[in-house]
Amino acid sequence: MTAELEILVIAMVTAVAAALPGAYLVLRRTAMVSDAISHAILPGIVVAFFLTEDLNSPLLLIAAAATGVLTVVLIEALIRSRLIPEDASIGIVFPALFSIGVILISRAASDVHLDTDSVLLGELAFAPFHRLTVAGVDLGPAALWSMGTILVLNVGLILLAWKELKLATVDSSLAALLGFQPVVVHYGLMTMVSVTAVGAFDAVGSILVVALMIAPPATAYLLAERLAPMVVVAAVVAAVGAALGWAFALALDVSIAGSIAAASGLLFAAAFLMAPRRGLLAQARRRQGQRLDFAVRMLVVHLFHHEGTPEASEECRVAGLHRHLGWSESWTRRVVGKAAELELVERNGEQVLPTADGRRLADDAVIGFGA
Amino acid sequence: MELFSDYTLRVVALGSGVLGAAAGALGSFAYLRRQSLVGDALSHAALPGIAVAFLLTGSKAPLTIMLGAALAGWLATLAVGLVVRRSRVPYDSALGMSLAVFFGIGLVLLTVIQKRPDAAQAGLESFLFGQAASLLREDVVAMSALGAACLLLLGLLWKEFKLLSFDSEFASSLGRSVGRLDGLFTLLLVIAVVIGLRTVGVVLMSAMVVAPAAAARQLTDRLAPMVALATAIGVFSGVTGAVLSSLIPRLPTGPTIVLVLSSVVAISLVFAPRRGLLWRWISLGRLAPSAALDPVLMHLYALAQQHPGEPDHGHGIAVLRTMSPAGVDLDQVLENLRSRGLVERVDEGLWAPTAIGRREAERHLASQNETAS
Repeated sequence: MTAELEILVIAMVTAVAAALPGAYLVLRRTAMVSDAISHAILPGIVVAFFLTEDLNSPLLLIAAAATGVLTVVLIEALIRSRLIPEDASIGIVFPALFSIGVILISRAASDVHLDTDSVLLGELAFAPFHRLTVAGVDLGPAALWSMGTILVLNVGLILLAWKELKLATVDSSLAALLGFQPVVVHYGLMTMVSVTAVGAFDAVGSILVVALMIAPPATAYLLAERLAPMVVVAAVVAAVGAALGWAFALALDVSIAGSIAAASGLLFAAAFLMAPRRGLLAQARRRQGQRLDFAVRMLVVHLFHHEGTPEASEECRVAGLHRHLGWSESWTRRVVGKAAELELVERNGEQVLPTADGRRLADDAVIGFGA
Repeated sequence: MELFSDYTLRVVALGSGVLGAAAGALGSFAYLRRQSLVGDALSHAALPGIAVAFLLTGSKAPLTIMLGAALAGWLATLAVGLVVRRSRVPYDSALGMSLAVFFGIGLVLLTVIQKRPDAAQAGLESFLFGQAASLLREDVVAMSALGAACLLLLGLLWKEFKLLSFDSEFASSLGRSVGRLDGLFTLLLVIAVVIGLRTVGVVLMSAMVVAPAAAARQLTDRLAPMVALATAIGVFSGVTGAVLSSLIPRLPTGPTIVLVLSSVVAISLVFAPRRGLLWRWISLGRLAPSAALDPVLMHLYALAQQHPGEPDHGHGIAVLRTMSPAGVDLDQVLENLRSRGLVERVDEGLWAPTAIGRREAERHLASQNETAS
């Protein structure tokens, strides 16, 4: 496998691994916790790095994941004290922990290779250079192994605790009532988020973990109506976004992680515009349809109201309709056309008259209003 | 004072102080409007603006860069608003997504800049993590001008922003354009965030907006004192952080400021009068032992009230027993109350509250009325 292809595979595996817990974060309205965790794990990484002096040690992963969970505990302690609201609790805890990490690095690690840039930004392009070798045999990039393991763990945990996660996400009171311990589920999910964020940090950097965790699930939220399809769509969108970003970065020789985040954003924008039911275009089309539908009813009621009265010849004349209804001529033509298509009205020389169906509709509409 | 004769330190401390003032004052409103994380999103989203401003003008003049940053941050909040209004994606997801996606675009642009042959791009990264030591006089002048403009506008629109923060529906019923006010407030917040990017960087800017307000909120229940306190805390933390980091080698300014701020928050959480954890703990502790005693004292007090002018008129245990729940050991309770000087035995089997007991009972009633109202 070439280095480029290895990068692509690592990026796709990382994106899918992040999107899975991300789907639950989006649904639980705790998306910003991923931002907090991905920053706050820094001191954990630094302390573990001081102890092991090895950036690839598994202890780093464990220490950082523990810091992530500690972040959640601190945030929730602040919220539960009812002295500080939720958003402010998040906004206070993670900068404090991050600051401790930065200060630790600059106090002690000026001579060791660990800088804030690499933690924050990551550099996917270097990932293929860290190989996993066992007994002299090259088994591929270390990042692929760590992220692959995390992906398998995430898939396994989600399948194993599907019911619990679903219930705790959709209705945590009911989950508690049925004895499912939503608190345990919550901390389990947060541990998953922490481990994933730590695994991803040296590949894509901590800020872009946030993009991978939130953007694909948010995209899926616009496309799917049920939980299982949403999780699957989120994973697919994540993989597509990673591939798109990778191709873009390769073509223009720019930051891979940055392009992946941008591509994920682009996919969301596309779904926001064009999602079949929830997109802006679908909304506009639906509104247009409702407007036309309402206008057709107006027209039929108008014709019905004047039918057989002395002024009918004037009120129901095709050329005069737009004046009586206060519409533009083109809109009137369109409404009459639509009504004729639905066989609610028919032309009779200069006149438009309601059909039997049209009379029934108008009658229903008027009585409906009166009742 | 010898400290402040150092030119660099004076510039850095001044810049940090200005930042603390603007972020503290505007952050108070963001805090009350539950928009604490907007500062975080704004600061990350500013990155592509910084890059574009540099790409277009090729200059690193503070005002140019700040303008680019502000525009990008402003765009990001517009995007968040649009997504929240027109889709079912929740607010926090929209915020986090725009933060990370804008930041990603910024990273892409930064790598484009890095490939340009001219070396003039050096220093743009200082916006990422903050590099207070590299602040120049002209930076601080620009920061001060923007900060002063922010505070001035905040003062002029005080009433409007107050209304917006506490009851935006009432504001719109008064004919105020809530949308426009909201946009204006976001603009001011954008400016405050942009002021701080060079000093503390994008990640820590969030704390500059949230923490002073959170600390001040513990200390007061009124808006004006809260904003004043938050501004003061912001200035104090900014200057203290700058001084500490210049006194101690290898102590970066931004994180130091944030840790000073976090300490102020922690202290006010614990020690805030009437609200803090310590106060809560003490008042709970005071409540617990008196819970079993107070009812009996209150009954005696109520009985004594029926005999005004006769402080020595005693009442029997039998009467008290009918007033107390079954299982209360009245002898023991009365003995306890007597040992605390709250009641006295006026005759065999007859008890009355002492003057101290009557005062305690009156105070208890008053505090009950207070909590009830």
